[in-house]
Amino acid sequence: MRIAVASGKGGTGKTTIATSLALCLAQGHSALPPIFVDCDVEAPNAHLFLEPSLEQRQPVGILIPVVDEARCTHCGKCAEVCAYHAIAVLGEKTLVFPQLCHGCGSCTALCPEDAISETPDRIGVIERGPARHGIDFRRGLLDVGKPMAVPIIRELQKQIAPLPNQTVILDAPPGTSCPVVATIRGADYLLLVTEPTPFGLHDLRLAAQATQELGIPAGVIINRDNGTYPELDHFCHSTGLPILLRIPFERIIAEGVAQGKTLIDIQPEYREQLLSVFTRILEYTQGE
Amino acid sequence: MKIILSTTSPGLDADIDPRFGRGAYLLVVDTDTMQTEGHPNPGVNASGGAGIQAAQFVVDQKVEAVISGDFGPNAFDALQAAGISMYLYGNCRTAREAVERFRAGKLQSVGAPTQRGHHG
Repeated sequence: MRIAVASGKGGTGKTTIATSLALCLAQGHSALPPIFVDCDVEAPNAHLFLEPSLEQRQPVGILIPVVDEARCTHCGKCAEVCAYHAIAVLGEKTLVFPQLCHGCGSCTALCPEDAISETPDRIGVIERGPARHGIDFRRGLLDVGKPMAVPIIRELQKQIAPLPNQTVILDAPPGTSCPVVATIRGADYLLLVTEPTPFGLHDLRLAAQATQELGIPAGVIINRDNGTYPELDHFCHSTGLPILLRIPFERIIAEGVAQGKTLIDIQPEYREQLLSVFTRILEYTQGE
Repeated sequence: MKIILSTTSPGLDADIDPRFGRGAYLLVVDTDTMQTEGHPNPGVNASGGAGIQAAQFVVDQKVEAVISGDFGPNAFDALQAAGISMYLYGNCRTAREAVERFRAGKLQSVGAPTQRGHHG
C-alpha cells in the first residue's frame, strides 16, 4: 500500500502529516514499520522529524551525450530529435548543454555516424537508514545547481520494495509539476494537505486535477483550520473529495513543529485520529 | 551582410523585442539591400532551452550578426561557438533604427552573457 502526501501549495503541512502518520504506523504493534520516502529532493526536511541515521549513500546520475567531433558530420539529426534543446549543431560544431539534458538517449540512438557516446553526469544522491521506531527511511538530495529532480525521484521509486502489509509513505514536493507527478504516480491513495486560504484552495484544485488525470483516489486534510474559509469545504463537497481530518490553527502545534516535533509528539491524541484516517484509506482502497 | 534582430512583429518598422530566446519574431535583414524576412521565433513556446532553439535558427540562416536586448548563457555559448557576433539594442526602439546604428558601427557588441539564464 502506497500513500503519497501532496498539497499543491507549499507549507501547508505535508511533511507534518507524512511523518506523523509514519510514526503512528511504526508504533502500532501489529504492523511492520513503514517505508518513508522523502521525495522533496530539492529541499528534503522529513529527517528533522524522523531522525534517521543515514548509513547508506548512493550517487544518482543521468547519461548525457558526448560528441566525437572527428566522426560528427554536423548533419543535425541529434538537435532535431532532442525535445529539450540540449544539443545544438552550430555550423561545424555540435554543442551539448548538460543542464537541459533529460538523459533520454534519443541523440545517441539516432546518430547516423555513431558519433555520440554517453557519460554519467551526477545530479544527486539517495540516502537511506533506520529512523525512529524502525521506520525504513529514504530520501533523495539534488546537488546544488542541478535543475532536474525527476531522475532522483524515479530512482527512489525504483528501489521501493515493500514487504507484504508494509505501508509506503511518500512525501511529495510542493507544486503540481513533474517532480510531484513522479512522486504520486503509482500511489494507491493520495492525501492532499491544504489550508483554508485562497492560495491553498487554488493549488488544491490543481493537485486534485492531477490526481484525477492519474486516476489516484484522494482525500483532503485541512490544516490550520479556523473555520473562516467555507469556499474550501464547498470545493471538496462539490468535487466529492472526502475531508478526512481537520487540524485546528493552534499556537502549540506551530511551536512544536518549529522544534522538530511531529503532530503526535505534540498532541498524542492525533494518533487515534491519524490511525482512523489510515483505516478509512485501507477500507476505501480495499473496497475498490 | 545578413543579420538577425529580435522584434515584436515582422518588417523593418517593427518595435524591437528585447528578449532573444523568447522574442516574438526573428527578423532577417540584408543590410545592403534592406530587404527583410520575418520568422516567428521557434524558441517562443519552448518549455526550456528557448535561447538554444533561437540560436540554432539564427545559425541555420547563415547570418553574421544578431541584435537583441539580452543574451542568456546558453544562447551566448551557442552563438559564440558558431562565430556569430552579438550586439545590444541599447536605446533603439525600432528595427530600422537598430540596423542604421549597426551600419554606422554604433551598437555595443557583447563579449559575455548579459544575464544568468532562467529555469523552466
